Amino acid sequence: MSATSHADGRFTLKTESIPSSASRGRTWFEALCGASSASATVPSVLAGDADLSAERVRFISVVPDPSNRFPRVRKGEVGVEEGWMIAKHGRDVIAENTEAKRPIVAIVDLPGQAFGRREEMMGIFLSCAAAADMYVAARMAGHPVVSLVVGPAFSGGFLAHGYQSHRILALDDPGVLIHAMGQKAAARITRHSLAEWQQLSEKILPMSYDIHACAKLGIVHQLIKVASATAPDASDLKRVRARLSAAIADAREEINRPRQNETKPLRHRQASFEVAQRLAEQWGGPAA
Amino acid sequence: MEKLIFKYPAASELVSRRAHVGVVASGDMEVLLEPSGAPGARIVVNTSVDGYRRTWKGVLDRFFSHYRGAAAIEINDFGATPGTVLLRLEQAAEKSRR
Amino acid sequence: MNPVPPSPTALAAEHFLARQSFIELKARERAELLVDAGTARELAGPFDRISSPWLAAQGLVPQADDGVVIVRGAMNARPVVVISIEGGFQGGSMGEVSAAKIAASLDLARKVGEQGTPIPAVLVFESGGVRLQEANLGLALTGEIHRAMLALRRVVPVVGVIPGMVGCFGGMAIAAALCSHLIMTREGRLSLNGPEVIEQEAGPAEFDSHDRKLIWEITGGAQRYAAGFADELVEDDVQTLADALRAALARGVPARHRSERVGEFLERIARIDDPLRFDSAMLRDLFAGLKTDERHVSR
Repeated sequence: MSATSHADGRFTLKTESIPSSASRGRTWFEALCGASSASATVPSVLAGDADLSAERVRFISVVPDPSNRFPRVRKGEVGVEEGWMIAKHGRDVIAENTEAKRPIVAIVDLPGQAFGRREEMMGIFLSCAAAADMYVAARMAGHPVVSLVVGPAFSGGFLAHGYQSHRILALDDPGVLIHAMGQKAAARITRHSLAEWQQLSEKILPMSYDIHACAKLGIVHQLIKVASATAPDASDLKRVRARLSAAIADAREEINRPRQNETKPLRHRQASFEVAQRLAEQWGGPAA
Repeated sequence: MEKLIFKYPAASELVSRRAHVGVVASGDMEVLLEPSGAPGARIVVNTSVDGYRRTWKGVLDRFFSHYRGAAAIEINDFGATPGTVLLRLEQAAEKSRR
Repeated sequence: MNPVPPSPTALAAEHFLARQSFIELKARERAELLVDAGTARELAGPFDRISSPWLAAQGLVPQADDGVVIVRGAMNARPVVVISIEGGFQGGSMGEVSAAKIAASLDLARKVGEQGTPIPAVLVFESGGVRLQEANLGLALTGEIHRAMLALRRVVPVVGVIPGMVGCFGGMAIAAALCSHLIMTREGRLSLNGPEVIEQEAGPAEFDSHDRKLIWEITGGAQRYAAGFADELVEDDVQTLADALRAALARGVPARHRSERVGEFLERIARIDDPLRFDSAMLRDLFAGLKTDERHVSR
């Protein structure tokens, strides 16, 4: 997938004529983690360890696998096997049970969850749950968890692989986006024309397909400028490594000194802040 | 979406408690009825269907021909028919008397 | 005069007539009927008027409670929080407010509970998933629901029910999969992607969204229960559901949740040679014996 920028800042995604096994997820995994150490049984989920600021970090990425026996994951979607496999690669780190809790970095480049009849039958919702469960379990066990979004991150795929992190970093690139649903499907479900949907998504902040909107909404903690999101050079890598290390340090800080409830709302999330406040006030019952 | 406001100054009976009924589902609406804290009743209608002020006025006139509560009423409407509007208002009035 | 014993058919008819449908109830009635009589207290209800700040700008009328009802009360005379989603409003979808209500209630159940002791949660699922009109906030806050469920279910059970009407889809299907115990009716449906979305993304050959039979065969409660993705299949009756929920709460926290059983599921999925020939009969065989761990830890 790649993104075409329009002069007005909009962009559309299209499939490029590159080999389908090449992907941003694989490129960044290999750049940060060295040669692929993909599991032999499930080649669509890469996992491996590499040093970052002198500590051993576990990297996990989901990548296209053109010959996968599940046709619906061949473009790099999170399918039934991928969800469970992500969980395994993370749980292996938790199971080491060493004093130094190793960080886990999720490299995110997902056209979404697999859209298939058989996937639904086999309980893809549970596979996604298993992956999300692992990331939260890792956090609760004291492992710093950081996501690096290098391409699209859609919907259930992102809830499984990417959302449950202490920090979500994203490349500042038009091909990087986070969204609940692709434009065509979203237009159909909401009974809009594609043009109407696009107009709305430019007007309403949480509906935007622009990664900057996610930064404004506090979903992405930091955007990282790179010279190339598809073929990173040495200085890109240096910058990304430094940001990942800093995010891991922030995560450790948060693990050691858990944040209390937010005392003031994020600018664009006042309603959810008010909800949490009101519920806390009313939880114990009416004042005597 | 349209916001309509109606007033019935003659409705002066005390409303003892607030009441909520209904859901903003297709062809339905919710009513939030509470003491207005002032003489008269005030109705705010948020409706998904524009251009029906006269119809709303007719239905509300009918309701207030027998209802006397000094109520603040908020209606969130998703295309309820006049029959459903009256039904939900009666249900809210009934609940507020219980 | 000898009383004539009623025929089995007459008994069944009587039973059917005595039933009170849970599905036909609204979210608020559902929550109030599930807790012990006289104990229901709603939090952040309609008169608090915290509704969606995003819908009006799109010409959509908001609902005063944003479609989520939070009720504190008791079940088995022990404190519980019941979270009930209204499927009639925007398809039970998760927007900023509705999802935040669920996540914050789950966090309060854990952190504050009752006099400092965490209290269990009951989730009544009726949701099409993330509300596309609040897309990314709905998505992010659905992630917060997952996080809050995972933290709470370590200490007390989080019990889910999918009664049916809308069903349970998208990010909320993931939430259903995270429950300590999941109850469905035959009328309930559970799947990640709705048929329309699959058809849009993968074509009608992959999933014909007009094929009702196929939809129920894949996502319906009976199939989900048979395959081991739901722990219990009950009929659509208020008392039956309330009893099942009370029993599930009494059972406590399972020794291992389904979403933690990584090795077992991976091993079984690896056995699928040709996914294209996979059918529901194979599914029932494949995951047989993977129902929720019977060894529960009572807390």
